[in-house]
Amino acid sequence: MFKRLQEWMDARIPMTKTWNIHLAQYPAPKNFNFWYLFGVLAMLVLVNQILTGIWLTMNYVPTSDGAFASVEYIMRDVDYGWLLRYMHSTGASAFFIVVYLHMFRGMLYGSYQKPRELLWLFGMFIFLALMAEAFMGYLLPWGQMSYWGAQVIISLFGAIPGIGDDLTLWIRGDYVISGATLNRFFALHVIALPLVLVILVFLHIIALHEVGSNNPDGVPIKHPKGSIPDDEKPKFKFHERFTKKYDIADAIPFYPYYVVKDLVGIGIFLFLFCYVIFFNPEVGGFFLEPPNFEPANPLKTPPHIAPVWYFTPFYAILRAVPDKLFGVILMFASIVLLALLPWLDRCRVRSIRYRSALHKLNIAMFAVAFLVLGYLGTQPATPTSTMFARIFTFLYFAFFVLLFFYSKREKTKPVPERVTK
Amino acid sequence: MSNAPVDKGRRRFLTVATSVVGAAGAVGVAVPFIASWNPSARAKNAGAPVEVNISKAEPGQMLRVKWRGQPVWVVRRTDSMLEGLDDHEDRLRDPHSEEPQQPPYAKNRYRSIKKEYLVAVGICTHLGCSPSYVPTEMEEHIEGVHAGFFCPCHGSMYDIAGRVFEGVPAPLNLVVPPHYYEDDETILVGKDKGQA
Ligand code: HEM
Repeated sequence: MFKRLQEWMDARIPMTKTWNIHLAQYPAPKNFNFWYLFGVLAMLVLVNQILTGIWLTMNYVPTSDGAFASVEYIMRDVDYGWLLRYMHSTGASAFFIVVYLHMFRGMLYGSYQKPRELLWLFGMFIFLALMAEAFMGYLLPWGQMSYWGAQVIISLFGAIPGIGDDLTLWIRGDYVISGATLNRFFALHVIALPLVLVILVFLHIIALHEVGSNNPDGVPIKHPKGSIPDDEKPKFKFHERFTKKYDIADAIPFYPYYVVKDLVGIGIFLFLFCYVIFFNPEVGGFFLEPPNFEPANPLKTPPHIAPVWYFTPFYAILRAVPDKLFGVILMFASIVLLALLPWLDRCRVRSIRYRSALHKLNIAMFAVAFLVLGYLGTQPATPTSTMFARIFTFLYFAFFVLLFFYSKREKTKPVPERVTK
Repeated sequence: MSNAPVDKGRRRFLTVATSVVGAAGAVGVAVPFIASWNPSARAKNAGAPVEVNISKAEPGQMLRVKWRGQPVWVVRRTDSMLEGLDDHEDRLRDPHSEEPQQPPYAKNRYRSIKKEYLVAVGICTHLGCSPSYVPTEMEEHIEGVHAGFFCPCHGSMYDIAGRVFEGVPAPLNLVVPPHYYEDDETILVGKDKGQA
């Protein structure tokens, strides 16, 4: 019965073929560690955001008069409205935690290097779309922090010489942030950007499956035809699309092996996610900021405004510079440099396991600079904190400059021919 | 299907010509999508001027009104505030208000029509937060200055005439909106004198 249905389908759409190429006969390196869970977790959170988001729009009112009250209504009067909202707000932070770890994995194992440059670039576009999505979503509750945070971020575009003021006017659709701004951000947040995100994630996966995953050793699993003795080849059947041109070694099919592994990761993730939703949805003001429990007041800025935690490293860089235009340029540069990593890193060894001590130190310095900047960005600007922000901004950028110079002639360790363990 | 030889030149011409027409059409279609983001006619008309009654302002007090949705401050400055204004001019970015951040009648040390009253848009020229009014304790933020405005967002500082200090992120002095005195007790914000 099912057999015949399957045949009927397969004659009309490549169902079984797609399943085999991308899952059941897709060769994935056998040595993935926990760093390789975050991609699937990001997909899970994306689904969570879309689903809870659709349900929130059923009661949310995108007008300057109605927005704040409608969010309170969702929290208090809609059955399980609080749960849907907390799933969505916690999901936003979880998205960034997961994506930052996912990106850092790419840096550790040199996953951005040839031939995965385009995969990395799709990732960077996802990151940009994600930041835009989070920023626009944050205006929707129309609280004090929503309002003034958006005011600051839209004003960033005002720093562009010549067209800056007209551009901010065009983005806002009014002389100040108003209902017009709220309404267009709503449209972008609920439909335009999610569509872009989904399309980009699709392209990301297609690009990944074209080149195949990297792994913690940074050693390819595709070898020239005939170079792997038959008794060392994995005993699994891989799709001929992969075996036609290469000998595949040290690989296991994605389904069922990695599906099961990912399910364990998903279980642990959901455990932590539920803890936050049910016991600590505000996470001490980091996931939901206290000034946002007050409705937007265009005449009064809260005494201390800070973006949500996931923007603070970039915000700290912006604040560290005592010049408006240069501050904005440096902030955007801090993201553009990440996108350029495939070309800044000129070493041909991928994984940190086989790279120099200097490289290890450099990556550690980058991680520390990112975390410290993230912390400083949550704090009010004092002369001391500004000084620290300048030092760590310098270190953040130093990572890229140093990398560019030493990577060309780096003293690396011998790289194994084959994936270890 | 004829077996006549393919006229490559003609084919190329047609391809280019249709592409150009198509591209022009695409640009044309983009216009309404982009233009619809401009402020609507309603938003443009909402900028009516507002009257501020200053008769009850105490020396040192700030009044806040809303004009075009923005906070506008009217500060009744005391004599000691005004005296301090020439002490720190060497630390200001634009002490003589050369940048067009004010109407011509406010291009002076006090950046006002009458010395006593400062009228300014309470929006930081850095990234648009509304700075706090610091009538006496400005010394905490910058040495030798008693009164001014401090922006909590990124630490920009202005003196009590809304002139920005050096070494802070804000590039420009606070904006002085068009305004005039209807009589001794009333300021009209949003219009120059004699303007229809
Ligand atoms: C919505 C966000 C994203 C989703 C759903 C997503 C999804 C995935 C998935 C499922 C994988 C394969 C599993 C894994 O290696 O973890 C992957 C791999 C990868 N992703 Fe993403 N990703 C996202 C964002 C990003 C971003 C922001 C970047 C970097 C700028 C990035 C760069 C990469 C790279 C380089 C790989 C290959 C890693 C390797 O093979 O070692 N991704 N992504």
